[in-house]
Amino acid sequence: MNVRKNKLVSLAALGLTAGLTLAACGGSSDNGSGDGAGSDNGGAAAAGGYAELTGNLAGSGASSTQNAQTAWTETFMGLVGAEGGDLTVTYDPTGSGTGREQFLNGEVKFAGSDAALGEEELEASTEVCNGEQAVDLPLYISPIAVVFNIEGVDSLNLTPEVIGGIFAGDITNWNDPAIAESNPDAELPDLDIVPVHRSDDSGTTENFTEYLSETAPDAWTHGPIETWPIPGGQSGDGTSGLISTVEGGNGTIGYADASQAGNLGVAAIQVGEEFVEYSADAAAKAVDVSPRAEGRAENDIVFELDRTTTEEGVYPIVLVSYLVVCGSYSDAAEGEAVKSYASYITSQEGQQLSAEMAGSAPLTQELSDEVQGVIEGISVG
Amino acid sequence: MSTTDVAPDAPPSAPDPWQNSRRRFGDSLFSYLSIGSGLLIFVTLAAVAIFLTSESMPAILASQEFSGTADFSLVDTTLPLVFGTVLAAAIALIIAIPIAVGIALFISHFAPRRLAAGLGYMIDLLAAVPSVVYGLWGGIWLVPKLEPLYVFLNTYLGWIPFFGGDPTAPMRNLASASVVLAVMVLPIITAVSREVFLQTPRLQEEAALALGATRWETIRTVVLPFGRGGVVAASMLGLGRALGETMAVLMILAPGATFSLHILEVGRHQSIAANIASKQAEAAGVDMSLLIFTGLVLFVLTFIINAIARWIVARSGPKA
Repeated sequence: MNVRKNKLVSLAALGLTAGLTLAACGGSSDNGSGDGAGSDNGGAAAAGGYAELTGNLAGSGASSTQNAQTAWTETFMGLVGAEGGDLTVTYDPTGSGTGREQFLNGEVKFAGSDAALGEEELEASTEVCNGEQAVDLPLYISPIAVVFNIEGVDSLNLTPEVIGGIFAGDITNWNDPAIAESNPDAELPDLDIVPVHRSDDSGTTENFTEYLSETAPDAWTHGPIETWPIPGGQSGDGTSGLISTVEGGNGTIGYADASQAGNLGVAAIQVGEEFVEYSADAAAKAVDVSPRAEGRAENDIVFELDRTTTEEGVYPIVLVSYLVVCGSYSDAAEGEAVKSYASYITSQEGQQLSAEMAGSAPLTQELSDEVQGVIEGISVG
Repeated sequence: MSTTDVAPDAPPSAPDPWQNSRRRFGDSLFSYLSIGSGLLIFVTLAAVAIFLTSESMPAILASQEFSGTADFSLVDTTLPLVFGTVLAAAIALIIAIPIAVGIALFISHFAPRRLAAGLGYMIDLLAAVPSVVYGLWGGIWLVPKLEPLYVFLNTYLGWIPFFGGDPTAPMRNLASASVVLAVMVLPIITAVSREVFLQTPRLQEEAALALGATRWETIRTVVLPFGRGGVVAASMLGLGRALGETMAVLMILAPGATFSLHILEVGRHQSIAANIASKQAEAAGVDMSLLIFTGLVLFVLTFIINAIARWIVARSGPKA
C-alpha cells in the first residue's frame, strides 16, 4: 500500500517538477526496491532537504481548511517523494475542537484550528511538546462574502447596521429606506428579504456574527455565535448548501466563503466612509492591520482581528485559521517532518496553492516571512 | 437495519449419521460457520448499543436532568428532533403506501406478464439510487417544481394546520423532504407488497371470480385482506428507512428545532440523523456526546418500530 502510494506520488511529481525528472526516477526505483530510499540521492537533497524525511505525519482539526490541506499534503508528499524521501502526511478534518484535543493528547503532531489555543491549552501543551509550549501560526485567511440573489440587482452597498438588521430579522423588505440610503443608484424591488444562514456549526458563522456584533452591536444583539440563535428561517448545510439555497430563492441573502460565491451578487461592505468589495488583497490586509493578541509568547502569532477598522481598502469579514505546532519536538524525525511541512504550507508557494485550490487569501510576504522564522526556531531532538 | 424476508421453512436435511467422517466434518464446519454468522449479528448490534450508550454517558450525566446545573437539557434537545424525524417519516409513508400498493397490485394482478417483470425491475432500480443523488435531485430540481403546489395549498387550504404558516422560497421544508423520502421508501414497500399479493391462494381468487365478483371486487375481498399483514410489515420496513435517512434530508431541509405542524414552513423541523451529520464535523466533548445520545434515541426508536413490525406480521401475516 505504502509503496504503491509512493509510486503514484512519484509519478505525479514527475509531471509537477520537470526539472527534477532524474531525481524522481531515482526516487521511485529506490522505493520499489525497499528501504534504501534517499541513500544515493545526494543530487536532489539540495532542492528542499526532503530526502531524509520518512514515516507518517498525522494532523487533524478545522474543516474549513480541508480543501487547502488536501492540496498541501498531496503536493508536499509529491515533493518529498521526488527527492527520495518517504513521508506520508495526513489531515483529518475532525473540527477545530477535536483537532486541538487530539494535539494535546499527542495523537496528532499538528492541528488546524479556527481559534487559537487558550491559556490552559497552552499550559497543557508542554506535556506533549518536550517541555515547551505549543505555538499558533496564522495559516489560512478566508474572506467571507455577503452574497445575494435579487432579480435585476447586480451590485449592492451594505452598511454593517443594515446587514445586522437583515440577519436579525428587523429589516424585512428590500425597499427599506435604510438599504436605499446607501444604494442611491440601484432600483430595489418591493420584495421580502430572505436571510439564509448555515445550518451546521461553522467557523464561518462565528466570524460573520463576530463581525456583526462588533461593528453593529445595536442591530445584531446575539453576539458572536457558532450555532444560529434565531429559530426558523432559511438555511443550508455547509457552504454549498447555503449557496444553493440562496440561488434557489429570490430576495435571498447569505454569507459564504468568497471563493464559492459563483454567479451570485456580492455586496460591498462599508468600511470607514467607503464601500469595499471583497478581494484577496483586501482580506489579507485585514489581518495585517489587526493588532496581535496580548499576553502571548513572542513566537505565538495570534491576531485580535480588528473588525471595526476604518483603514482604506481593507475587507474585515475574514476567517483566520491557525496551524498549531509544538515549540519543540523530542523525536528528531518527527520534528523535521513537522518543520518541513509547516514551512512549506506557510511559504508563498504553499499559500498560492491554497489560493488556487481553496480560494483563500495568501498571507502577505511579511507575515509569511515572520511565520517561517518561528518555524525555523522550533527545536528538534 | 434488518430485513424480515419471510423465508419458507426448508425441511432440515437430515444427514445420515453413519456417513463417512469426512462428510461429518464438513457438516460440523458448516454448522459452526452458520452459527458464527448468526452470532456476529448479535455481537455487532451489541457493539453499536454499547458504543452509543457509553459515548453518550458524558452528555447524560452533564445534562440538566441529572446534574441540574448544565445549560442544556436532554429532553429539550432531543424531543423536537424526534418529532421532526417521526413527522417526516409519517408523511413519507402517507404518500408512499397508496402508490406502492397500487403499483404492487398492478404488477401482480393487472399488468401483462412481460410489462410486470420490466416494471418490477424498474421499481427495484429506484432502491439502487444512492441517497446523496436523491438529495441533489430533491434540493436542486424538485424543490422549485413543488413551489406552485405549496403556494396553492398554503393559499387555499391554509386553514388546515399542516398547510398553514408562511412558506418562503426556496421550499426547503419538511414537505419537500418527505416527498423525496416517499420516493426512497417506495421500492421496498412495493417489492414486499408485490410478493405478498402474489402469494394469495389461487383457489380463493378463482372462487371469488366464480361467484361473480369483478376483478376489483376480488382484489378487495380476497387479495387485500390476505396481504394486509404483509403491507403493514413492508410499510414498517419503509418507515425504518425513512427514520434513518440522513443525506437526502440533510441536503433538502433547512432545519430548525420546533414542534410546528406547518410542514410548508422552512426552518421548523430537523431529523435526528441529518442533525448528527450536520453538526458532527465541528463538535467536540459534550456536544459530540449529546449528538451520540440523539443517535442512541434513534437506535431505540428504530428498534421499537422493527419490533412492532414483527409483532404485526406475526399476528396477521398470511397463514400458511
